Amino acid sequence: MQKFSALSLLRAGLTGHAGWQRQWRSPEPKPGYDVIIVGGGGHGLATAYYLASRYGVKNVAVLEKGWIGGGNTGRNTTIIRSNYLFDESAGIYEHALKLWEGLSQELNYNVMYSPRGVLMLAHNIHDVQSFKRHVHANRLNGIDNEWLSPEECKEFCPPLNVGGAMRYPILGGALQRRGGTARHDAVAWGYARAADALGVDIIENCEVTDIRRAPTGEVVGVDTTRGSINAKRIGVVAAGNTSTVMNMAGVRLPLESFPLQALVSEPVKPIFPCVVMSNTIHAYISQSDKGEMVIGAGTDVYTSYTQRGGLHIVNHTLDAICELVPAFRRLRMLRNWGGIVDVTPDRSPIVAKTPVSGLYVNCGWGTGGFKATPGSGEVFASTIAKDEPNKINAPFTIERFRDGAVIDEAAAAAVAH
Amino acid sequence: MTDTYRVRRGDSVENCNAVHFTFDGKSYQGLAGDTLASALIANGVHLVGRSFKYHRPRGFVSAGSEEPNALVGVGATQSRYTPNLLATQVEIYDGLVAESQNRWPSLETDAGFLNEYFSAFLPAGFYYKTFMWPRTAWKKLYEPVIRRMAGLGRAPAEPDADRYTQVFAHCDVLIVGAGPAGLAAALEASNSDATVILCDEQAEMGGSLLSDRSASIDGMQAAEWARAALDELRKRSNVKLMSRTTAFGWYPHNFVGLNERVTDHLSNPAANQPRERLWQVRAKEVVLAAGAIERPLVFTDNDRPGIMLANAARTYVNRYGVVPGKQVVVFTACDSAYRAALDLKAAGAKIQVIVDLRKSVSGHWVDKARAEGIKVRSGSIVRGTSGRLRVKSAQISNAQGGDAETVACDLILMSAGFTPSVHLFSQSRGKLSYSEELRAYVPGESVERERSVGACKGLFALEGVIESGARGGRDAATKAGFSPRGERSYTVSAQSVGADAFIGSVMTDHQAEKRAWVDFQNDVTAKDVRLATREGFRSIEHVKRYTTTGMATDQGKLSNMNALGVVSKQIDVAVPKVGLTTFRPPYTPTTFGSFAGQSRGDLFDPVRKTSIHSWAESQGAQFEDVGVWKRAWYFPQVGEDMHAAVARECKVTRESVGIFDASTLGKIEIVGKDAAEFMNRMYTNAWTKLEPGRLRYGVMLREDGFIMDDGVVGRMATDRFHVTTTTGGAARVLSMMEDYLQTEWPDLEVWLTSTTEQWSVIALQGPNARKVLEPLVEGIDLSADAMPHMSVREGRICGVPTRLFRVSFTGELGFEVNVPAGYGRAVWEAIFAAGKPYGITPYGTETMHVLRAEKGYIIVGQETDGTVTPDDAGLGWAVGKAKRDFVGKRSLSRPALVREDRKQLVGLLTTDPKVVLEEGAQIVLDPTHPIPVPMIGHVTSAYWSATLNRSIALALVRGGRSRMGEELSIPMPDGVIKAKVVDSILFDPKGERLNA
Amino acid sequence: MLLINCPYCGSRPEAEFANGGQAHIARPADPMSLTDDEWAAYLYMRDNIKGLHHERWRHANGCGRFFNASRDTTTDVIKRTYRMGERPEAEHQGAKP
Repeated sequence: MQKFSALSLLRAGLTGHAGWQRQWRSPEPKPGYDVIIVGGGGHGLATAYYLASRYGVKNVAVLEKGWIGGGNTGRNTTIIRSNYLFDESAGIYEHALKLWEGLSQELNYNVMYSPRGVLMLAHNIHDVQSFKRHVHANRLNGIDNEWLSPEECKEFCPPLNVGGAMRYPILGGALQRRGGTARHDAVAWGYARAADALGVDIIENCEVTDIRRAPTGEVVGVDTTRGSINAKRIGVVAAGNTSTVMNMAGVRLPLESFPLQALVSEPVKPIFPCVVMSNTIHAYISQSDKGEMVIGAGTDVYTSYTQRGGLHIVNHTLDAICELVPAFRRLRMLRNWGGIVDVTPDRSPIVAKTPVSGLYVNCGWGTGGFKATPGSGEVFASTIAKDEPNKINAPFTIERFRDGAVIDEAAAAAVAH
Repeated sequence: MTDTYRVRRGDSVENCNAVHFTFDGKSYQGLAGDTLASALIANGVHLVGRSFKYHRPRGFVSAGSEEPNALVGVGATQSRYTPNLLATQVEIYDGLVAESQNRWPSLETDAGFLNEYFSAFLPAGFYYKTFMWPRTAWKKLYEPVIRRMAGLGRAPAEPDADRYTQVFAHCDVLIVGAGPAGLAAALEASNSDATVILCDEQAEMGGSLLSDRSASIDGMQAAEWARAALDELRKRSNVKLMSRTTAFGWYPHNFVGLNERVTDHLSNPAANQPRERLWQVRAKEVVLAAGAIERPLVFTDNDRPGIMLANAARTYVNRYGVVPGKQVVVFTACDSAYRAALDLKAAGAKIQVIVDLRKSVSGHWVDKARAEGIKVRSGSIVRGTSGRLRVKSAQISNAQGGDAETVACDLILMSAGFTPSVHLFSQSRGKLSYSEELRAYVPGESVERERSVGACKGLFALEGVIESGARGGRDAATKAGFSPRGERSYTVSAQSVGADAFIGSVMTDHQAEKRAWVDFQNDVTAKDVRLATREGFRSIEHVKRYTTTGMATDQGKLSNMNALGVVSKQIDVAVPKVGLTTFRPPYTPTTFGSFAGQSRGDLFDPVRKTSIHSWAESQGAQFEDVGVWKRAWYFPQVGEDMHAAVARECKVTRESVGIFDASTLGKIEIVGKDAAEFMNRMYTNAWTKLEPGRLRYGVMLREDGFIMDDGVVGRMATDRFHVTTTTGGAARVLSMMEDYLQTEWPDLEVWLTSTTEQWSVIALQGPNARKVLEPLVEGIDLSADAMPHMSVREGRICGVPTRLFRVSFTGELGFEVNVPAGYGRAVWEAIFAAGKPYGITPYGTETMHVLRAEKGYIIVGQETDGTVTPDDAGLGWAVGKAKRDFVGKRSLSRPALVREDRKQLVGLLTTDPKVVLEEGAQIVLDPTHPIPVPMIGHVTSAYWSATLNRSIALALVRGGRSRMGEELSIPMPDGVIKAKVVDSILFDPKGERLNA
Repeated sequence: MLLINCPYCGSRPEAEFANGGQAHIARPADPMSLTDDEWAAYLYMRDNIKGLHHERWRHANGCGRFFNASRDTTTDVIKRTYRMGERPEAEHQGAKP
């Protein structure tokens, strides 16, 4: 792997940048691999990287039907945090956050992890109670999260409408200082480049059309638009398309795919210092390094694979943003897009073995998958390499729905009495 | 300054009306009808901005909404300041204040230009390769610097002073774009009974016709015809014309978003006018007549101020009467630039040379240029330019290379042909197909009910454009169910400019090291694009993301096709195979405020108030938001804080009597032969044996076995139940009931009616409650024998019909008086007056919470959180074990729901009675355990109990009911609090008081 | 904002409706006789079809009635709406009865 550094950049600059090589190869698929990862998004690429770097499995292919990082990795609002309530969730997201902290150096790729702080606003007494419960649980789990008064919220994020006329005034907030953002595309590319350097084949424009199983049930390979490829272990990390891929192996999942929209404003000079989320009035916002306000909207109410959603969803998102920061009313929306989020009944992911031997699945991250990318990839790699779940992802099984051992963060933040 | 570049009357400006404005603090004069761009050009100003990355000086490239360079901040005050507006769209008015952006200290001398000197080290994606050491430096050092350099304008510093409104509209035919195709479509479609909306983003409708001095239609000059057509349309009552209105987004099922700019062009807008309107239009049929955008040529140093699209110059000279330059070099790959050159020449500019990329050139426009003595150099390119703040010269050579000739100029016009505006078509999910001839994507098969006409379909000859528009208009009206009357014909006299086009870079191989801009605003050069492909970014989406080409505020309107061309050539793959980035809304940047509309402040969400709300307000109550409801929280008297008020309210209620507004509780009337059976299936409890006149506390589960809602239910008759729900749960509960009733058990004869709004509910609680109520009630015996706890009677109170519940959420003798909502306040006041002798107090939700917590009554959403079963909450007694089935029953026997160590509801008493626990605090066995500390539960409710003169708490604790008497720890940041596990009922465990 | 044809009221904007998820999943007649796996399949397993999908809608801010719609989840085009108790016209593309 060509080393990236200020020095290499300087040297290349003097020679017209002629020496830069491909960041990852474009290999033809081999007849077989030890492990095939279906899905070249952030989670899939991270899985391949950790398989090769930490678990010694280097004969790995990542099959991507389009271009890598083209799904939710390339269309999310890049928020990173780990201040989840339940031990199970906190465990996996904190695992990810710790990896984020050294990811640029580990991958030799600047993923621009920026711990600028994630501030979650409370707008009613129930929110206050719920966030305090989070703060206390996080503290005992060793995860930073602190309660801020309305005045402290204003100090931390001056543009906020604290004390102004608001239908649901800001009553305080929970701040995770280590939370923040990262450059989403760079995450996919950085993992791809590092995995490729370890021998992983990243094969784009290669759609899986079938999962082949032996008469005895276990998987033996996949059929793709670029031919058949053998593998005894297959990890499916196909986000919104997981149901479709898993159907090929006859596995049904408790998943539904919904449109989720996001949008950016035109770039402006730095004004918004952190990430602000408000679940009660449904909005989240941060400012990118480029200067755009990056804003997340809610999901539509119906399942869809169209990667777009309704205008009324955008209206509701932006009225909330304009309540939080009335000066932003005159900013303009530059681009609005949609992704497909795969959601489980408890809105927590599934990172697990499946009833089919040799088939593993990592899905159901819903609206919150980007932040988990490194942790998700790492524990999924471990699960595939060892054919048993890692301690961290052990709770995130398919069977939890049968047993009732759900991990329902959203319900825990439940609606008021 | 005077407008020395104004050469004649332009069609779109009014000569007599001088308008004064400032740009970067300097005063200028323009004419009414000018855009900021045309007015500045009239004053000889071309330097208007700086590029994003290298801060290169930039001027106007276009005359429309595709402008990448001329971004300005407009507004004299912060509350009306708007950044990033396009000078090519801003209409001037007297007193307009505009400024340039992204420069310091001034536009002429910008320190950011330093980047330009390091540009060799700042190729595409350079930031991914560096700034990684040391680990924390990105956040602390590099990123802040980069952020300050980035951004364009500055966000306004004060809340927006303007208003925005939203309109929903329906029409039979929506026509997007009022150029020749759109006008023809409108004339035809509206020649029927179809309702037609014709919108156009510009201030004046007419599109390209307004800039056309050579063509004529029906014997009229093009612009004249457009105005006549608009006059005709204006007379038709079925037509709505909307100028300054951008169709910005296509949403499923022919739902189109339009943004109408109402006041930005006015010096003194009327106070009642909104700044913008968002129109959400459901159109039966849509005609897309969005036109085409001219494509720049990618050549070395093609970004200097004074280098402009050829047809933009034609617009400036023909519409506004201003010449953008007097010594002109034209660089083209198509005929339309010749037409522009001739128009500029006619306005007095000198055309130095027309440099044509094509090897052989011929035809009407070439001949005409030659006939007018203009030098035409075919098979040639502009291979470089000079001039710092304004272009000074062009270097011209053969396309393959060779010696260059330097030609002095103050304006270079460029044209690589036209790109059809397929944005909305693509947003509608129509399939695009690549036309080799046009070097552009054109609309293919439609998915929604729309058709493209004119230039956005790839038709560029005026006759064909009008014919296509007319046909599209008729087709749309017909498909919408109307019969257009008579077909009219259009006599068009215009010389075609053909459809030649070029994409990609024109640079010779020797020029690989030079910079030629593909994306002007984001400073992406052909070299950057090539570097990206060398590094393996080959999908156009990857190229876009790696180089940022097409991600500027013009969203690639000028750059996308050229980027595709560069990639295609570099990796030797046909353009359609390289891919195409997805078209997304909005077509042009659209104001946040217009999406938010009226939804602000109190209008952000409906405010629900009870009929007693105004009384509470008059008593100085503090309110809390519960869902959309406002609920009285506590009633402080003079000098009281919340703590004191709540302590007093509790004490009075326990000792005498308190009154509470419970009207927000959800209420559902369940009626029918099978009402009891329905109740049996929906609730955990058994209802069959509940006698009319009796109440029961009901628990409702979701099908997954967790508590969803609870409430007291009255059986009014064998076939009638009065169900109450939580305040926030009413709609959810009714919706779930309807779901089961309609889709699972349609055989049941049951009707559900929401009666939340119909009843006011007045809770009267305390040992004196009966005494207060008795004199007011007619026809009901309130005595303990006649009306025991958990019974309901119908009668009258204060002359008003009532359903009187004997029920208690406080543990005291209590009643809940249901009266028709219209009488709520009157009855409330009567009861309050009757309570005066007993020292009655109103109390709010906080006191209600304390009193019920003392009794261990749960609140759904506080003690439960969607993961709590009835047994967890100590409500096992409410589950009808003998029932064969009810919603959620099967789930209760799943393995995780029957585990012994589930969290169970218990009471907690702190060792120090003065310490009130914090709600949400976590409970542990061993506070000295290193982090992570295993947590066994959390505090769900905690209050100061005036009654017990100590703190109390409820908590969910693992295996809690088997831990009675155990001391647990609650580690707080400032120390560990100890507390003992006790029964959740802390006051009057035998219930003697409520049975009194 | 979809345009949805309520079989009882006619075409109305999506804002008037609540989505009720996948259609034609009948609640088991005797839940207590099911295994945990069978019960979980009823509770949670969904086809999540990419293609023609039969789903329930309720005209919540209108007549209040539930009905079914067959919608293509790759285009959002609604092919047909029909009343509760009626069967979908085309049971294909993975649609399970």
